[in-house]
Amino acid sequence: MLIITCPWCGPRDQTEFAYGGEAHIVRPKDPDALTDAEWGDYLFMRRNPRGRHLEQWGHAFGCRRWFNVERDTVTYVIKGSYLPGESPPEIPLSPGSAPGMEISLSPGRGPGRGST
Amino acid sequence: MSRYSIFSLARNALTRHANWQEAWRSPEPKRDYDVVIVGGGGHGLATAYYLAKEHGITNVAVLEKGWIGGGNTGRNTTIVRSNYLWDEATALYEKSMKLWEGLSQDLNYNVMFSQRGVLNLGHTLQDMRDIERRVNANRLNGVDGVVLNTRQVKEMVPLINDSPSARYPILGASLQPRGGVARHDAVAWGFARGADARGVDIIQNCEVQGFRREGGAVVGVETTRGFIGAKKVGVVAAGHSSVLAAMAGLRFPIESHPLQALVSEPIKPVLDTVVMSNAVHGYISQSDKGDLVIGAGIDSYVGYGQRGSFSIIEHTLAAILELFPTFSRVRMNRQWGGIVDVCPDACPIVGLTPVKHLYFNCGWGTGGFKATPGSGFAFAHTIAQDRPHELNAAFSLERFNTGHLIDEHGAAAVAH
Repeated sequence: MLIITCPWCGPRDQTEFAYGGEAHIVRPKDPDALTDAEWGDYLFMRRNPRGRHLEQWGHAFGCRRWFNVERDTVTYVIKGSYLPGESPPEIPLSPGSAPGMEISLSPGRGPGRGST
Repeated sequence: MSRYSIFSLARNALTRHANWQEAWRSPEPKRDYDVVIVGGGGHGLATAYYLAKEHGITNVAVLEKGWIGGGNTGRNTTIVRSNYLWDEATALYEKSMKLWEGLSQDLNYNVMFSQRGVLNLGHTLQDMRDIERRVNANRLNGVDGVVLNTRQVKEMVPLINDSPSARYPILGASLQPRGGVARHDAVAWGFARGADARGVDIIQNCEVQGFRREGGAVVGVETTRGFIGAKKVGVVAAGHSSVLAAMAGLRFPIESHPLQALVSEPIKPVLDTVVMSNAVHGYISQSDKGDLVIGAGIDSYVGYGQRGSFSIIEHTLAAILELFPTFSRVRMNRQWGGIVDVCPDACPIVGLTPVKHLYFNCGWGTGGFKATPGSGFAFAHTIAQDRPHELNAAFSLERFNTGHLIDEHGAAAVAH
């Protein structure tokens, strides 16, 4: 169970919240000017990273307001919340990481490796 | 490779079962292969098997970062059905169903495929209208299906709560009689043994960390056991499709979610079919060992942790107890999670990529197990011929640019 901090209401159980997917996807100003591939990219393509993820949550059973959360998708540890329109907290990328994947996956020591 | 038979069983019984051969070899990887399959789950092993069997391509390696049967193939709730709504999906899943029906004989390995029927319950008038529509669509596509009323459901499943005063009363169900369950580990082991017998190298504990490209085409993979050359690379790495796509510089319309399941303590036979409910969202069957096998929904958030939230389990068990109040005293034995790669239209991506000689088979979401043989069959054809089989032509990556989505979300008998 995640404990998510709503910037307005404070820390609450995950069951109060609705997940809103990847954050910082900006709707193109002029969709008519885009190619099908660019429009498809905006609509459907997602980073879906293993590791650091910036995502939207809505406080559905609370103040009903939306905000952003930085969470690790392997450990599920939440780094913090920030308001829409704010920049995410700056965190340096690990060297050599592939695009769309912001933690290194060295053999044998990636977090969360090994199945139970 | 000796065949399994009543005679081999008797012969090995005489030597106290000490001389059984290993089901597959564990060779050192060669320097290069005609085809490298990334991911040794059911779909990847089936791909290798059909590459060898249908296309005569035997210089193949399957690279598995963990062990065979340790990923989603060994974590699902083993349900097999083909009662999807749309033509494209039905054709693919029905091909799979036909392969399931002969699979144990074909592989010479008992995958314990049991066609005990799959019920999808309806709890509202709209549910029943959707069920009628889906069953009619199935029958037009040559897939078996019948609509049952409450009494008929109760006759099939005597323990079910058919009270009209239930919070979600059972108004009826669709039944696919040819649906059922299979032993999921045996599917992985059977395909591994079958592929190995035809010359495929199965290499476990070998994680792919990157693709090597020359002139825009893939020429091999970087792994934890060094570089392995390949004329063609097929990626079937459910749970990590986006991670591997990113290694090739591709973006996929996939989000990875935790999906949980649980089993009870073994009890005497009480349920001889599969019961699924869309509205209350739970599904349940009883394994041959006697445990109740219960499936839960996905967590809404992206997660690679192979574990989900307790609230999902709670919700699922509430649904199961609504249907089977008697099960309130059954204790649960184990609970686990897997990572499912979900596409926006709840249909897979099976086909070519913008990178030459790199093929992907992914995005099966919460229901990939049932597709294992059909997926391998179609993907093997795609890799061998460098073009999709007619079964998977519609499941291209391009459909997210053209807009020709195959919307099985909610349409395909169960909410995804």
